[in-house]
Amino acid sequence: MIDPSVFQLVCFYAFAAVTVIAALSVITLRNSVQAVLSLVLAFFSTACIWMLAEAEFLAIALIVVYVGAVMVLFLFVVMMLDIDQEKLREGFVKYLPVGLIVAVVMLVEMLGLIGVRVMHTQTMGVNPATAAGMSNTAWLGMALYTQYLLPFEVAALILTVGVIAAVALTLRQRTGVRHQQASEQVAVKASDRVRIIKMAAERPVDSQPASAQESKS
Amino acid sequence: MITLSHYIVLGAILFCISVAGLFINRKNVIVLLMAIELMLLAVNINFVAFSRFNHDVAGQVFVFFILTVAAAESAIGLAILVLLFRNRSTVNVAEIDSMKG
Repeated sequence: MIDPSVFQLVCFYAFAAVTVIAALSVITLRNSVQAVLSLVLAFFSTACIWMLAEAEFLAIALIVVYVGAVMVLFLFVVMMLDIDQEKLREGFVKYLPVGLIVAVVMLVEMLGLIGVRVMHTQTMGVNPATAAGMSNTAWLGMALYTQYLLPFEVAALILTVGVIAAVALTLRQRTGVRHQQASEQVAVKASDRVRIIKMAAERPVDSQPASAQESKS
Repeated sequence: MITLSHYIVLGAILFCISVAGLFINRKNVIVLLMAIELMLLAVNINFVAFSRFNHDVAGQVFVFFILTVAAAESAIGLAILVLLFRNRSTVNVAEIDSMKG
């Protein structure tokens, strides 16, 4: 029987490898649609890694919010725009050495700063949510709706402003197109559309032309 | 055993990949936006790891807010991108120079 902690470690390495490979393909793939799909894979495997850290709510939120909403938005935009892929690839080889050098130097500096060996001793320990006697979602919600209530409402406001800004930016008034005016349709009165005329029930018979026709035949 | 350094190293690797992506894809705005999303993800991994290992809820609450702001950011960014493509018929950063900065 395999030890649970070893199994956890194996899972972590597998998910981390998938995440890194997906991230690499996001920045190197030629096709934008494929790049978006690899970003989806990166987000998904990151959500699995968060599950390993027992942050279940955030893992599900990442999948629902990012994979479900933001990435679909990206896909829509990428597919909507008719992009010349080849032209955008110019300079890829030119900037590749610079990008690689900067990334590698940054990584080495970060790892030196982190001090991998020093932190290697700190293990997960007991789950704080379980220690408090509730699930991760309840633990997060308790903090969110008491201590962080004002930031939470500000976040809601930010989202609202974001939606309004996105709609206001992309909305356009086309000229020469006939739109339906709902307010005018609702406000219309019967007197605007129907004209009632008083008239006699029977028309007076005009006998003169009929008799002329008879005499001709 | 998974240790804190596992998570931090993963975050650092992801961050550096996205920085490299900013450098080598400097023409395509869509890939630039995706690299920024990846950067935020790397930061979020660090927050979750520190929250879990230091038994503090604040890290996960902060990830929640980062997700909110990132969603708003990408919505507005993509709206600007659509607007840009409609007016200039390109997403090439090199051709978007009307501000002469």
